[in-house]
Amino acid sequence: MELKTNSTAGTMESSDIMIMLEPRTEGGIELELTSSVMQQFGKQIRKVILDTLQEYDVQNAKVEAVDKGALDCTVRARTVAAIYRAAQRSDYRWEV
Amino acid sequence: MNFDINKIPHINEIANNGSFSGARSKNTETFQQRCKDCNKIVPSLEEAIKKSGLRDGMTISFHHHFRNGDHIINNVLDKLAEMGFKNLTLAASSLSAVHAPLIEHIRSGLVTHIETSGLRGELAEQISRGLMDFPVVFRSHGGRASAIRSGELHIDVAFLGAPSCDPYGNANGYSRDDDGGISCGSLGYARTDAEFADKVIIITNNIVSYPNAPWAIPEHDVDYVVLVDDIGDPKGIMSGATRYTKDPKELLIAKTAANVVEAAGYLYDGFSMQMGSGGASLATARFIRQKMLDRGIRCRFALGGITGQITAMHEEGLIDRILDVQSFDLDAAKSLKNNHFHHQISATYYASHLVATAAEQLDFVILSALEIDTDFNVNVLTGSDGVIRGAIGGHPDTAESASLAVIVAPLVRGRIPTVVEHVGTVVTPGSVIDVLVTDRGIAVNPNRPDLKEKLEKFGLHVFDIHDLQKKAEELVGVPEPIRYKERIVGVAMYRDNTVIDVIRQIDE
Repeated sequence: MELKTNSTAGTMESSDIMIMLEPRTEGGIELELTSSVMQQFGKQIRKVILDTLQEYDVQNAKVEAVDKGALDCTVRARTVAAIYRAAQRSDYRWEV
Repeated sequence: MNFDINKIPHINEIANNGSFSGARSKNTETFQQRCKDCNKIVPSLEEAIKKSGLRDGMTISFHHHFRNGDHIINNVLDKLAEMGFKNLTLAASSLSAVHAPLIEHIRSGLVTHIETSGLRGELAEQISRGLMDFPVVFRSHGGRASAIRSGELHIDVAFLGAPSCDPYGNANGYSRDDDGGISCGSLGYARTDAEFADKVIIITNNIVSYPNAPWAIPEHDVDYVVLVDDIGDPKGIMSGATRYTKDPKELLIAKTAANVVEAAGYLYDGFSMQMGSGGASLATARFIRQKMLDRGIRCRFALGGITGQITAMHEEGLIDRILDVQSFDLDAAKSLKNNHFHHQISATYYASHLVATAAEQLDFVILSALEIDTDFNVNVLTGSDGVIRGAIGGHPDTAESASLAVIVAPLVRGRIPTVVEHVGTVVTPGSVIDVLVTDRGIAVNPNRPDLKEKLEKFGLHVFDIHDLQKKAEELVGVPEPIRYKERIVGVAMYRDNTVIDVIRQIDE
């Protein structure tokens, strides 16, 4: 999916994650993660974000993620929402 | 004298100090004048310290009834630093986030050893990262009382903050004379220090007329009284009333816990109880109250850290007696002041394993947990990242002593699992924990098959604790194991002063 503009999804509430996307033309994915559970789940959160970006074929972007202990499903959902918003698309596939 | 003492038959077998040689001289001043001329008030903290004979290497003690509003520890340590002391052992009944300035006093060598029930905030962070050479000794409230009584923890000088004190040292956590002052309710933990310390200095902002009755600490346990402007911040010492939780998860847990107690047969006319200070354990009191009203039964006594919820039940006639070692909120402090059968007790009376205690008369106790493992071991001391962030409190004391120890905890907190395979730090051994109540189900310790049967008969579903642990894991995933260094930064003592676990320096 082609990113056209900056976007955010999610909140800073506990058990949520805020994903901020910035389109880039080159340089791959630059992921900056802060998390209240960095020590315990930092690697897993990074993996979910990167896997989701790859799934939507986002190759170059700056991603800033502020996590407050979100579950994997939330991390994925917020990442997908941020991608669609950055791509200025709303043709979501809701079905799992 | 018309007798010869040596001619009294068996005089050597009658304990005596020889013949009477005259009474002490009388003081004929008025009582009021005497209180001014001849008392224990010394003009400054510095002078009290000098008089106490405190030397480098000695042990000083403090209580934590002022919680996060305490100014006594920081002010006394600043003074001791100024006076050039070194190598002191600080034995507090507990420490809070407000005590972060201790970090500098540790770095400077003023404080080289710490004993406490718990640590929080920046001080805890730094100690978890290896600030101190000597490991911090963590004790339960009952364990500390025992160690002081047995001499294993010898206190040279106790610095005890008191919201009221008379010129002779009768000190209390509130005052019947003056309503405007600071109040902390019970001074239960300080009473043990006052009784056994070699020298006792009361630090107060409120000198009242003799006799300051009722007192927590009697004058004969006190050596010096110091009047200062500031003993603490009332807002940090206690808030109006402990808030009643609105969290539906906690309410579900509390409701289930009350059902567990009833099903287990410990809710009868004349029962006894203690509630921990967590949201769910406090909320359990509400549901217990409703059951008591429905069934027309009363509680003989409530023990422990006391909150407004317990005192409200006392005032409506549901609880006959309150035994209060620590008042958690202003409502509790007010009740201690006003209600005849709300009684202040010492840490020893509460839960020392060396003597008969109130804890041993408990039917049930409702306790919180940071983590509980599949062997029912409980951690209330270190967080899921290995950093110290809690306090042992009376957890192991009451869990071991009560007939039924119920742990209430959510299955997960955000992304952090509460039910785990192995707890980070064992504070209370699983063998004394009977039931775990979570928002996703109940588990009963396999060593209490009688309980499992009773709960199931009552219609409660009982899970294997391993299944609850797996449920938590399915929800949040498997956390990375905490990385520790070899170095031990803390030692957790069980209530009988045996080492139950160690806390290692975290590796970042």
